[in-house]
Amino acid sequence: MELKDLIFYLLGAWILVTALLSITSKQIFRSAVYLLFCMMGVAGLYFWMNYEFIAAVQIVVYVGGIVVLIIFSIFLTQQVGHNLPSPKPTQRIFAGLAAMFAFLFFWAVIRQYDFAEIETGSEELSVRRIGEEMLKYQDGGFALPFEVVSILLLAAMIGCIVIAMKAKPEKTESWL
Amino acid sequence: MEIGLTQILFVSCALFFIGVYGFLTRRNLITMLMAIELMLNAVNINFIAFNKYVWAGRLDGVFFTIFVIAIAAAEAAVAIAIIINIYRNYNSIDVEDADVMKF
Repeated sequence: MELKDLIFYLLGAWILVTALLSITSKQIFRSAVYLLFCMMGVAGLYFWMNYEFIAAVQIVVYVGGIVVLIIFSIFLTQQVGHNLPSPKPTQRIFAGLAAMFAFLFFWAVIRQYDFAEIETGSEELSVRRIGEEMLKYQDGGFALPFEVVSILLLAAMIGCIVIAMKAKPEKTESWL
Repeated sequence: MEIGLTQILFVSCALFFIGVYGFLTRRNLITMLMAIELMLNAVNINFIAFNKYVWAGRLDGVFFTIFVIAIAAAEAAVAIAIIINIYRNYNSIDVEDADVMKF
């Protein structure tokens, strides 16, 4: 077995084990930390596939942004040392069966399908090329989705502020 | 056995259904949000793997992944604003407690 294959198996096992721990852990803070490790494993998988830029984005946005946001909200909403209630046994059984059968079905389909894999050349995916394609508006460019996402981020930002804003007392309510 | 698309799809498929299981069993809003993040990550792995092994030379999978990550960030921010608002009103973020609109 080559080293590359060994690294892939280690990364895959790491991702799946931390993901399982993340959704079964009784303490919510531990669950968030396992999620952090899982995201880092996914970033490692991107590195393994030679997509360095996506791996960097994954670390910056997921590990540095979303998980930290989740941890902050845990601090704001949870009592310390309070264990999560475990799910009802029937719920656990049925959810486990649903997920397992769906997984087996998908895996059976994937395993027998013959993907027309093409050899990836040695060409590097440079950040310059990503930037050029992102701002290109001719054929194959991604300028429109880029602008749409920027509008979406603005809308999400305003929406967050409006939702999380404390209700003002009666006098200033007409201001809103 | 050579590592190819099939092995990577196994990992992403398993990760997706781990997320589904977590989403169905957890009753706490923040942990449900974490399960959704796991599912989105599985989808991203799929996009990147297909881009590498079937669609090399083009960048469509890469861009889909970048946009999914951006939308996931926006979604997490809005979801956490809603969760904090629910906590203010009900003093709990358990989905069973927010039952005012339940008929």
